[in-house]
Amino acid sequence: MSKNLLSHRLFWPFAVLVLLLVLNIFFSNNFFRITVHDGHLVGTLIDIARRSAPLILVGVGMTLVIATGGIDLSVGSVMAVSGALACLLIGDLSDPHSVAGVLGAVLLALLLCLVLGVWNGFLVSVIGIQPIVATLILMVAGRGLAQLITDGQILNVSSDPYRVIGAGYFLALPVSVLIAAAVVLIASLLTGRTALGLLLQAVGGSPAASRLAGIQARGLTWLVYVIAAVCAGIAGLIYSSNVASADSNAAGNLIELDAILAVVIGGTALTGGRFSLSGTVLGAVLIQTLNVTTVSMGIPVEATLLFKAIVVVVLCLSQSPAFRERVFSRRKPALTKEAAA
Amino acid sequence: MFKKRAGALLAAALLVSALAACGDDEGGDAGGGGGDGKLVLGFAQVGAESGWRTANTKSIQESAAEAGYELKFSDAQGKQENQIKAIRSFITQRVDVIAFSPVVESGWDTVLKEAQDAEIPVILTDRAIDSPDESLYESFIGSDFVLEGEKAGEWLVEEYKDETEPVNIVELQGTPGAAPANDRKAGFAEVIKADPKFKVIASQTGQFTRTDGKQVMETFLNSNDDIDVLYAHNDDMGLGAIEAIEAAGLEPGKDIKIITVDAVKDGMTALSEGKINFIVECSPLLGPQLMELAQTVADGGTVEKRVLTEETTFTPEQAKEVLPERQY
Repeated sequence: MSKNLLSHRLFWPFAVLVLLLVLNIFFSNNFFRITVHDGHLVGTLIDIARRSAPLILVGVGMTLVIATGGIDLSVGSVMAVSGALACLLIGDLSDPHSVAGVLGAVLLALLLCLVLGVWNGFLVSVIGIQPIVATLILMVAGRGLAQLITDGQILNVSSDPYRVIGAGYFLALPVSVLIAAAVVLIASLLTGRTALGLLLQAVGGSPAASRLAGIQARGLTWLVYVIAAVCAGIAGLIYSSNVASADSNAAGNLIELDAILAVVIGGTALTGGRFSLSGTVLGAVLIQTLNVTTVSMGIPVEATLLFKAIVVVVLCLSQSPAFRERVFSRRKPALTKEAAA
Repeated sequence: MFKKRAGALLAAALLVSALAACGDDEGGDAGGGGGDGKLVLGFAQVGAESGWRTANTKSIQESAAEAGYELKFSDAQGKQENQIKAIRSFITQRVDVIAFSPVVESGWDTVLKEAQDAEIPVILTDRAIDSPDESLYESFIGSDFVLEGEKAGEWLVEEYKDETEPVNIVELQGTPGAAPANDRKAGFAEVIKADPKFKVIASQTGQFTRTDGKQVMETFLNSNDDIDVLYAHNDDMGLGAIEAIEAAGLEPGKDIKIITVDAVKDGMTALSEGKINFIVECSPLLGPQLMELAQTVADGGTVEKRVLTEETTFTPEQAKEVLPERQY
């Protein structure tokens, strides 16, 4: 039984998450305090959940893309584009506080992201360009597009309905967390309860074999890039709404790497095939807990990156069966000693 | 097949570099990388991470156009490797003068040595570099960040001079390793250390952006019950922190006093509303001074190694006065 638990692929990331939380009991003040303020829950744990929301959204899209054996580097730029367009449109509204106007702006921004996703999917599935190269195009061009939209400036918006997305609360819970939870739920239902999940794994395992078996590999591959872009678009709205402004340089900067890390921590194989949405969520929460821990424990700025690196290295090593075999079995250390001698 | 093509490419590359070298010989003292006698200035900007930076870019672009110089502008998007690439390409293009705002302080010796070997004078703007070899650049024009930190500290000491209780300060630092972050921290610390009642209880980087400023401030607020003062190394982080303070049910400017540096329009607006208590100006409008320097060094003249930009400080009342005319 315990052997089963230890070999579960999410055991080690979960253990590291618990370890981080335990560290915070000793080294941070009020880490686990949750208070109610104005009918909202407030506290560091809530902050971690709120901060994880954009990364979870991007991670869900990334998981599906990686399941088909691809990768999407353009998600950060798509985030920047969606926030920039939404803020620009809302700024042009005659009444920025009108719910219908904001809804229209948000939908248009997401529509643009959908088009960007169609572009990515087209390059990969129809033209047949390698995913890393195909999405690199939009990674560079997308940020340029965002800068074009904002004119290189930080766009400020003052719109109450727009604020709700990233900074609002519903039933005492942050709206951004609810949005992320809803997307995760939909994605897991679609992949868990329908054949979609199986088909994605088949395409990731072997596109040629799945095509011969009658699976529409091209359509599926196209679809996951569209989903990834729309997820990134929603994340971009949360990001920009949180600070009521669109910063086309900082929005989603390097989030593609965090998302890939979250996916990998979650046990999804980068080669395609096997994937785990719950693992990605765990990975995203772990990354944000790590970010918050560095601040709440007061780790000096100069040492922050080193601290994060150590945690990630420990995590990756603990996930590697070969490494665990070497460290935990009795026979192997003797062998390495011999080799050293 | 491939080998043949690679060979042809190599030959073409050699030819181009040979031609470029010829161009150099002819251009030489006439100062003509552009060929038509116009002074060509290569400028590698940090990025457009804040309103301040955008105003800085605009000032340089406008004054270059006014002076009739050809400006080759490059945006490094906050990454040193991009900036090094940009400087290398300026060297290849044989511009007359290179100017840049270093993203971080260290790691510039190699590329600046290349510029020196190519006999292209370099001017640093707004941020310094950390190198023992001062001959690598002609001049450094910009603000004195240590002085800015000191001004912020002096206001704090004055504001709390009658206070006997400890004053708990949290600090939002800029990008780790960047000169404004290092110096604003040092200047501030130097002034407040005279009085033991001032305690910096937490200090973290907010990357000079609003989102990070907000997120770090949220964590500060959760893990520290009693924060009296926030010192942010730029307006944008301060603005993000204001959001976090308001969300926590506190009143920025009253429950927590806020000092920031920069004085961009959004910051000045918050200052005039009393959400920020004091802003130390860091003026981005150094374009005209930079053009003068560029002309002098291109003509082979000597310039001061350190040129300061003119700057002041603002209280809420002063902010209300100047806000209508604020360009950036």
